[in-house]
Amino acid sequence: MAATHAPATSPGVREPTRQAPARRRRVGVRAPWWFVVPAISIYLFIVVVPSANGALFSFTDWNGLRADWSFVGLDNFTSVFSDRTALDALVNTLTLAAAATVVQNVAGLLLALGVNSMVKSRYVLRVIFFAPVVLTPLVAGYVWSFLLSPNGVVNDALRAAGLGALAHDWLGDPDTALYAIVLEIVWQFSGYSMVIYLAGLQAIPAEVLEAATIDGAGPWSKFRRVVLPLLNGAVVINVMLCLIGGLKQFDQVMAMTGGGPGTATETISTAIYKSAFSLGDFPFSIALAVVMTVVIAVLAGVQFRLTQRRSS
Amino acid sequence: MHARYTWRTLAREVGLILLALAFLVPLAGLLNVSLKPRDSQSGALAFAFPPTLDNYVQAWNQASLGAALANSFLITAVSVVLIIAFASTAAYPLARVTRGWSRYTFYFVIGGLLVPGQLALLPLYATMRDFGLLGSLWSVILINVGQQIPFSVFLYTMFLRELPLDYEEAALLDGCGPLRSFVSVVFPLLRPVTGTVVILNAVGIWNEFFTPLLYLGGSGNTTAPVAIYGFVSQYVSQWPLIFAGLVISVIPILVVYFALQKHIIKGFAGGLKG
Repeated sequence: MAATHAPATSPGVREPTRQAPARRRRVGVRAPWWFVVPAISIYLFIVVVPSANGALFSFTDWNGLRADWSFVGLDNFTSVFSDRTALDALVNTLTLAAAATVVQNVAGLLLALGVNSMVKSRYVLRVIFFAPVVLTPLVAGYVWSFLLSPNGVVNDALRAAGLGALAHDWLGDPDTALYAIVLEIVWQFSGYSMVIYLAGLQAIPAEVLEAATIDGAGPWSKFRRVVLPLLNGAVVINVMLCLIGGLKQFDQVMAMTGGGPGTATETISTAIYKSAFSLGDFPFSIALAVVMTVVIAVLAGVQFRLTQRRSS
Repeated sequence: MHARYTWRTLAREVGLILLALAFLVPLAGLLNVSLKPRDSQSGALAFAFPPTLDNYVQAWNQASLGAALANSFLITAVSVVLIIAFASTAAYPLARVTRGWSRYTFYFVIGGLLVPGQLALLPLYATMRDFGLLGSLWSVILINVGQQIPFSVFLYTMFLRELPLDYEEAALLDGCGPLRSFVSVVFPLLRPVTGTVVILNAVGIWNEFFTPLLYLGGSGNTTAPVAIYGFVSQYVSQWPLIFAGLVISVIPILVVYFALQKHIIKGFAGGLKG
């Protein structure tokens, strides 16, 4: 169903692009350069210039209020890397992003395989599995903090199943709080991964699968050797989206734990917000933002390299 | 893929339906609790009987949700219109002009996809403060538009590159200028991708919490998520009341979802695959 919406990725429709320049020169369709001016202006104003300034100010003692500032070298980064909370936030963020990426992708792929099959209720199921995606993340966070509370549904269900020994305050326990947030993220966004995998699955030509069946491939080896390699593009996009989303995680943490107990669920985003707007420590906050940018860039680069190698 | 409906398919169907019901538990719990009397201590799944709408009246009055929903609506609508106008026009030369500058400009714009907003946060905050825009809906609208330009331009450009030139050539032969030919010929042809851009941005902007918290928090203007945030911290653990507020704040987006679900799922998948 979604394949028709993605002409750019379908190899079959790529050809016209390559022929287009020749025809363009002949007829001379004019696309004026100044059409880009409004978009570029606001992009420069909102993204490029402030980001560049952010990178620059991380080497200064700029406090956000004064107009004057001076360079302090790596001082801000030294204080970030010697700060317990910031280091906890860094570790928590990486753990959360990694766990959410793995679980959400496995769940999303399984859901996609499930609702792509012959089951009669597949259209209704897709709508249900996707519904949490449109729900406001902050609101979903509150609902889950209620479900996971000591007398919430999760503990009730455990007690009803005779597993009462496992019931406890999921968000109040430093050992489980971070994973409770991962659970919420997986519930909310598995549907997102599902539709992308579904789009990938539906782009696989039926003949390829039939050929594999004729060659005697069982369901597992068909999945492993035919379906999964053809889903490479969907995997790349999904992993990238989950990873970047997880690394920026803010809303659910604010709703569910506010970063606690202690610093057990503090993420880089909540730490940036608190150090800037509660503690007024702009230099620290901006250095932490630079660290976050570097982490995202490095992980995105690593992922890109790995997937490039796999597809070649 | 042309398999018959077997016992195994039935088993899979039953399993998926059970899973779907489990997926709905949080939403059902949200609705159920919001209908209970305020002092109710019964468990989340204990059915609210008799249901009461008291919480809704209270939440509506005490969280000033009316004004917040109006602001959310205004911010979302204006941001989405501006994003469409700016991104579609920008994508036109980026997709059609073959000379070097357009390629580099394209990379420059989509490079923004990798830069987290947190890096720009403090300088942008200082700039908005200097312009006197703190507390104004315009600060949030401008930020939404600027931050969504990379992704929207990317979607439009990829789509335009696959679009044949025939119609524009015809318009040119009929004597249309570039602006006229864009508005009356090219833009209507972009309808499928415009749909995707509208859906992705509308959901994202409606649900956005961080930017409005920062720029509108504490001012008379708030959006639905920020109003809810303040409301929850004020009425801690009065779950029935809080949940009524939550339901009110998500009704608009859920109504839109269930009305347009077919296109939304398609749009998400199609837009992200590009």
